[in-house]
Amino acid sequence: MIDLLRYDFMRIALVLAVLIGLTAPAVGTFIVQRRLALLGDGIGHIALTGIGLGLLTSTSPVLGALVVSVLGAVAIEVLRARSRTGGDVALALLFYGGLAGGVLLTNLRGGGSGLQSYLFGSITSVTVEDLYVVAALAAAVLAIVALFGRELFLLCQDEEVARASGLPARALSLLIAVTAAVTVVIAMRAIGLLLVSALMVVPVAAAQQLTRGFRDTMLTAMGIGVLSAVSGLVGSFEYDLPPGPSIVLLALAVYLLLVLWRTIGDSVIRRDRRSRTLPSSPKEATADAEVRR
Amino acid sequence: MTSTGANGAPPFEMTAGRVRLDGREVLHGIDLRVEPGEVLAVLGANGSGKSTLIRALLGLVPLSGGRTHIYGSPPARFRDWKRVGYVPQRLTVGGGVPATVREVVASGRIARQSRLRPFSSAADRAAVRRALETVGLADRAGHPAQRLSGGQQQRVLIARALAGEPDVFVMDEPTAGVDAASQAALARTLRELVRQGRTIVLVAHELGPLEPLITRAVVVEAGRIAHTGAPPAPEGECARPGHQHLHPHAPGTEPAPLTTWNPA
Repeated sequence: MIDLLRYDFMRIALVLAVLIGLTAPAVGTFIVQRRLALLGDGIGHIALTGIGLGLLTSTSPVLGALVVSVLGAVAIEVLRARSRTGGDVALALLFYGGLAGGVLLTNLRGGGSGLQSYLFGSITSVTVEDLYVVAALAAAVLAIVALFGRELFLLCQDEEVARASGLPARALSLLIAVTAAVTVVIAMRAIGLLLVSALMVVPVAAAQQLTRGFRDTMLTAMGIGVLSAVSGLVGSFEYDLPPGPSIVLLALAVYLLLVLWRTIGDSVIRRDRRSRTLPSSPKEATADAEVRR
Repeated sequence: MTSTGANGAPPFEMTAGRVRLDGREVLHGIDLRVEPGEVLAVLGANGSGKSTLIRALLGLVPLSGGRTHIYGSPPARFRDWKRVGYVPQRLTVGGGVPATVREVVASGRIARQSRLRPFSSAADRAAVRRALETVGLADRAGHPAQRLSGGQQQRVLIARALAGEPDVFVMDEPTAGVDAASQAALARTLRELVRQGRTIVLVAHELGPLEPLITRAVVVEAGRIAHTGAPPAPEGECARPGHQHLHPHAPGTEPAPLTTWNPA
């Protein structure tokens, strides 16, 4: 581990991994709460067109991805709010358009080789300048989560009650979508656009196996995110594996372990209860049953 | 606490309110004024438009004609949302991530909180505690809300509205699919609110133990108000405690339109 820190690119990559591990699950908690777990995937597809534009115009692919994915997120939110039915088809059209557009634009420039690093990530090619941009974006995302967390929680819990509490529901929905888009761009260099959504969703799903509350879920998910990102990165360096997939598979492994842990824990509790004397009153028994599941 | 707007405006006033949903008009010119301190039951069959009516009162669905005011302001320009508590018609607390009962109830304080103060104040915590005690869930504050029974989850949603300490409560079917214990808890809660002089508008399919609290009822039928006045009172056999209120009219007659709000 100390050896790794001798390399400049590795120090940069580690800082990046920590930033991604913190931001992606923080935003992801709201997205999962809102039952939009695949939003990150959609934005990732759309961002590809931005990459293509950036490569084609020889400007910055990261900037192109940022602009296009923010616009895409706004478009998704507008479509979602406008269409009561068929919204998912509209979203699908947007996703495929983004993916096809990205591949086409990159090929126009000659050869799609540049695309590979954005599709699956190449964390070790990140420069110090990239890191500054990502750090600023990550700080912005975390500030939004801290400042608007209360409003976003109610919005994601129940949009109508949020509106009947005087919250600007449309503006806050846009804020979530745009924050998710920025997070996709942050994580893109490290784990790639096709896998970026995993780090927004998997740590949250894993954390839920342990937690009872929203805040606890978010903090635990951020912990799992940092753990998977850093150990995935180190592991991939040690064993010469691609970092993006390593990070995602580690997060999935954590999820599976926690599911297993909980299943065993639950069955032990059940057996324990059965072996003890029956509850003193039937009322107590139903109260117990109500709480457990 | 004042129970009317600054200019003496009532909590809700709709004039010739029309609502179109998906190109179909579901409310055809509703006139409804909710007076401060009254307990108004909005009754009607499924699909009669009663839920749409109260959602339109709150500005959650736009009017296609007529106008509606909350304490004298159109919903879009209304700013004093801390005076309004909404209990939506939900079977569950919702959300894809667990949230504790306390977290859900505390979110009802939002209209009273400032973004500049990210942590809850002593007043916030006291209001949440009172709300939980009122609905009888104080011992469940740390539990995940999604794992409670349906009736308990409904009580969590009511506690969320209580925590905001509003002047007027709007409840959409608070009794639907709720067990007897939760119904009794709800009746207790409403009695306390009535004692404090709050205004209550509630949509119901059947009133059950809430019936004695209702001061006025409107019956919505096919998007129009078909009846307004005293709630259909149970008499004789029907007034007995525990009676299954199957049919409020004399036996042998065809069900009158009014009975549609109470099929068993």
